[in-house]
Amino acid sequence: MGWMKMTLDQIKIGESAKITAVFGEEELRCRLLDMGLTPRTEVMVRKAAPMGDPIELRLRGYELTLRLEDARNIEVEEHA
Amino acid sequence: MIFALAGNQNCGKTTLFNQLTGSNQHVGNFPGVTVDSKSGVIRNHREAKVVDLPGIYSLSPYTSEEIVTRDFLLKQNPDGIINIVDATSIERNLYLSMQLLELHKPMVIALNMMDEVRANGGTIKIKELMEELGVPVVPISASKNEGIDELIEAAIRTVKNHQLPKRIDFCSGAVHRAIHATVHLIEDHAGREGLPLRFAATKVVEGDAPILNQLKLSDNEKDMLDHNVTEMEHEMQMDRKAAMADMRYTFIEKLCAQYVVKPKESKEHLRSVKIDALLTHKYLAIPIFLLIMLTIFWLTFSVVGAFLSDLLAAGITALSDTVSIQLTAYGINPVVHSLIIDGVFSGVGSVLSFIPTIVVLFFFLSLLEDSGYMARVAFVMDKLLRKIGLSGRSFVPMLIGFGCSVPAILATRTLASERDRKMTILLTPFMSCSAKLPIYGMFTMAFFPKYRGLVMIALYVLGMLIAILSGFILKNTIFHGKPVPFVMELPNYRMPSAKSVMLLLWDKAKDFLTRAFTIIFIATLIIWFLQTFDMRFNVVSNSADSLLAQIGKLVSPIFAPLGFADWRVSTALITGLTAKEAVISTFAVLMGTSTAALPQALHAVFTPLSAWTFLVFTLIYTPCFAAISAIKGELRSFKTTLGIAFYQSFIAWVIAFLFYQIGSLLL
Repeated sequence: MGWMKMTLDQIKIGESAKITAVFGEEELRCRLLDMGLTPRTEVMVRKAAPMGDPIELRLRGYELTLRLEDARNIEVEEHA
Repeated sequence: MIFALAGNQNCGKTTLFNQLTGSNQHVGNFPGVTVDSKSGVIRNHREAKVVDLPGIYSLSPYTSEEIVTRDFLLKQNPDGIINIVDATSIERNLYLSMQLLELHKPMVIALNMMDEVRANGGTIKIKELMEELGVPVVPISASKNEGIDELIEAAIRTVKNHQLPKRIDFCSGAVHRAIHATVHLIEDHAGREGLPLRFAATKVVEGDAPILNQLKLSDNEKDMLDHNVTEMEHEMQMDRKAAMADMRYTFIEKLCAQYVVKPKESKEHLRSVKIDALLTHKYLAIPIFLLIMLTIFWLTFSVVGAFLSDLLAAGITALSDTVSIQLTAYGINPVVHSLIIDGVFSGVGSVLSFIPTIVVLFFFLSLLEDSGYMARVAFVMDKLLRKIGLSGRSFVPMLIGFGCSVPAILATRTLASERDRKMTILLTPFMSCSAKLPIYGMFTMAFFPKYRGLVMIALYVLGMLIAILSGFILKNTIFHGKPVPFVMELPNYRMPSAKSVMLLLWDKAKDFLTRAFTIIFIATLIIWFLQTFDMRFNVVSNSADSLLAQIGKLVSPIFAPLGFADWRVSTALITGLTAKEAVISTFAVLMGTSTAALPQALHAVFTPLSAWTFLVFTLIYTPCFAAISAIKGELRSFKTTLGIAFYQSFIAWVIAFLFYQIGSLLL
């Protein structure tokens, strides 16, 4: 098995994935890239908020939270 | 010489600023926005001033915080930059540093939280880092006050020697070629505009519209630029923005791989994960949050705050009584006596009674903020507030609104975006504040003795519904723009620093006192004047003849469609502007009864339906002078503040009108 392309919101809690591309509207996209969500970055989905959204990520040695709708703009590949 | 202090959020910037300046601070505002600007003189260096810039992650041109920082760095031209970097998440922090280096100004990096890194067995090779980045790097611990003297010394030396960053070129390959071609292309334009060349080139390659406009390139030059960028994008297989972010992070990754030995797992992070297991737990998070807020409210309004308020009130009463006796003994003119006792003392007293509440609430709020819990509340509550165009961050200020609008409005200062701040300020007064409770209590006792609790709950719910509705309307009208993306760091939990908390409390108390003795003081004096004199400026013996009563009579027809045309009602509503509690005491005075007999007396003026309508109007109409002046203080605009006050009264009237008219039809 090789790599499976999906978006970050589809990654299960506790699992990691590697970013392949970041899309989205200009300001959001700029923000995501600035916060270190750049291609080839490894991201772990740590948990979801009690109401299921937003989610908490771990990357580059820190924790970041973003909404599922925004996570949909981040294309990732997961070790399948 | 002037230093700019720049860094990410949650990196200890405020703590460092406090260490640099001590209590020698001046809090102001950046022109035109609600962004705080703090400046202060560096301790033991009277010639050096430091300006605390907002916490940002990048020099992008989107949020007002980023724009303000950019404008300050580019236009105010500080002599040097102190860039604070959190050593425990050095990768993300250096991303901003790399953009600051491009400004080509004397700069030092303050590597904060080095104590934590070391305690966990990590090391950072400072000397090598310094060589790679080409600027002095000083390891510090802002919270423990370590390395601050060395930092100050390095910063001043760098400026005195006009020591510029030795290196600004961090790229290679396609990005390198694109930036260098752009540097040549825009060199003259950047020089003319006084823009740092390298910074302008990088930003233009990145696609930064404001800088591109400022450079005023010719069409030919723009084509060449586009050509450079397209070539780079093609070679990198990434668009311009991603390519630039990638270039910076790639350099940082290499740097960290060489010179940063990360601890396997820091104990602060482990502790955070453990605390989060409880505080952001799927089922426990919300109950725990509510419990924390209830405890804060209970402590503020029932225990500590109430105790301090009573103490203060007792002090003011004692002072006022003593002065009153002295004045009478002196045989002073009764009008002057009334001015001092009923005007100055009771006016100032009513305002001062806010102080303990504000200080105690802010004490707890700053603990929540500085410990890192506020970010978790935003994480947990975000989904609820998203629909009205806000983020989870606004939840706590709005909740505080149920206690008192003043600290709630002041608390919006910690919100990350200006748009959220403004919108939260507009919606907070709809949360029924505790000062309105005596009014609800009196009216429900008089008219709905069996359903007191239900009526009060209905009022609170109505306030929230109106806030939600207003949120929808605002989101689609004044704030129709895209909200700032909710992409937020969840910092490790930390012990709040006592010094920071104390400075914040002092700051808030001072801020409020200044306004208490200006706007609020004058407003209460005007109300006193209107209550004391009649149309011919004689002192009134019967309160029905006062100027205030005349105004009440004048405006009372406005309230006729709401079912309460009696002038005493409109007069009570006007005095409610000084403090909502005043509504009840005014009723008692105007109806000529005691507060105890008031429930009976109110039946002469209200029917149950109009009493309901009155409560609805009271819930929504303009908050007290203290809250209005807090709004003015935060929004920095008299016009907007006045607009908000009118908007709220207008909404109150419309809803009360509908309520009464529909009610009349049904009953």
